[in-house]
Amino acid sequence: MKTLVLVEHDNASVKDATLHTVTAAAKLGEVHLLVAGSGCAAVADAAAKIASVAKVHLAEDASLANQLPENVAPLVVALMADHDAFLASATTTGKNIAPRVAALLDVMQISDIIALDGPNSFTRPIYAGNAIAKVKTSDKKLVITVRGTAFDKAATEGGSATIETVSGGMAESGLASFVSAELAISERPELTGAKVIVSGGRGLGSGDNYRELIDPLADKLGAAVGASRAAVDAGYVPNDYQVGQTGKIVAPDVYIAIGISGAIQHLAGMKDSKTIIAINKDEDAPIFQVADIGLVADLFQAVPELTQKL
Amino acid sequence: MKILVPVKRVLDFNLKPRVKADGSGVDLANVKQSMNPFDEIAVEEAIRLKEKGVATEIVAISIGEAKAQDTLRTALAMGADRAILVTHDGVAEPLAVAKILKAIADEEQPGLIILGKQAIDDDSNQTGQMLAALLGWAQGTFASKVEVSGEAVNVTREVDGGLETVALKLPAIITTDLRLNEPRYASLPNIMKAKAKPLTQKSPADYGVDMTPRHETLNVSEPPKRQAGIKVASVDELVAKLKALGVSA
Repeated sequence: MKTLVLVEHDNASVKDATLHTVTAAAKLGEVHLLVAGSGCAAVADAAAKIASVAKVHLAEDASLANQLPENVAPLVVALMADHDAFLASATTTGKNIAPRVAALLDVMQISDIIALDGPNSFTRPIYAGNAIAKVKTSDKKLVITVRGTAFDKAATEGGSATIETVSGGMAESGLASFVSAELAISERPELTGAKVIVSGGRGLGSGDNYRELIDPLADKLGAAVGASRAAVDAGYVPNDYQVGQTGKIVAPDVYIAIGISGAIQHLAGMKDSKTIIAINKDEDAPIFQVADIGLVADLFQAVPELTQKL
Repeated sequence: MKILVPVKRVLDFNLKPRVKADGSGVDLANVKQSMNPFDEIAVEEAIRLKEKGVATEIVAISIGEAKAQDTLRTALAMGADRAILVTHDGVAEPLAVAKILKAIADEEQPGLIILGKQAIDDDSNQTGQMLAALLGWAQGTFASKVEVSGEAVNVTREVDGGLETVALKLPAIITTDLRLNEPRYASLPNIMKAKAKPLTQKSPADYGVDMTPRHETLNVSEPPKRQAGIKVASVDELVAKLKALGVSA
């Protein structure tokens, strides 16, 4: 089987999410990558070095600069004439583009897979991870999104794929245009790839408390920072902090949940973490049912003490 | 302009799903089912656009078993003007749903179709994007802000890195994220009035759509259970545990 993986990038470097997806694609067959963008030859060079990649398709056009699905999907559809499966990461970029490709190919997408059970059988979580479904598709071509935490990263060195320049299938749809982006800039590790995450919830009471208590602990541990939906809805931190069913899915070595009660929608985003630590003053909080180590305490005293003693 | 809002009836978001012992799926017998929360946000956004004078009519649509009528009545009670129920027993996959919605859009000629970004039962996150592809329209997914001006709509999207704003030519597809708005509750008088609002019944055959699923569910199981761990009594104990895990400054 020949697979085509959408490379996520910022026209400069390959995002880690893609490395997980390459590992899933390699289980299906030969791995080809699509680098679609503008002025992104360096991305293609880096992509060609990823282990187990056979070919990189480089599509450069001004219309592809911002990964608008209206422009990217027709390009993918054209390339799918020579591929059997299209895989994208289950990120906001992949989730935006892949279903558009699937519909144009008349294929029913398999979303958010966590395992491959056979050439057309896959495992995926449903109901916020409260149930696990094994599904088999009858479609001839496959369109799949991949949950990164379920697959290891492919090595960024060791491959020597050929780079083929795509010449057709690129056009401005005239339907949509990019206006602006407000992207968070942080010195801290990215949430989805971090080894340690410190996450704060409604128990913190305010954005100021979040920054006074969570940030110093995260900085001391070199950790990424996250939040529950309640903390994001309350405006303590921006949306890109959110861990959960509809936010980011994370699986760090250590997840420290502070002032988070543990709604099922939050647990869906972090319960595959290796070790979960919870600090909460309510000993009946559901977070303690999944925590490996729990501390029932007032976070306003416990967290500064923890930061100081570590 | 006219706005279409597709809504799905799903297991109430407050309830924990129970996997059936025979592994055939999640048990939906005798449990409360409600409108998918993201679809409530879609209905609310359509109503707000009508209140602003941008929209003139809101049509709620549901594809599913006859009981989905309750979900449509909720949308009507919130403020939708009329409803279309496409009755189908059994699995309705996003691709088939998108095909029905395309056929309805061809008839109704809306300026916007607003959908929830995902349903909290199958978590597919596909229907809006598929519908946009089938109609050849622009899509603004995971919206946290919607501003219609003239022949275009600006949609601010919640993306992994933060926020992104795109300008879409109308007609267009919007899928809602959590922070777009807070849906209103239907008042009792409006619930009563909704009973008199028009609801048209259709079938997938009326739209020439084949509902045969492409996916076969082989098995549904409980996820591996995490064992509750230990409780420590003090920060000092927690520090010791963290150091044992290799977590320290």
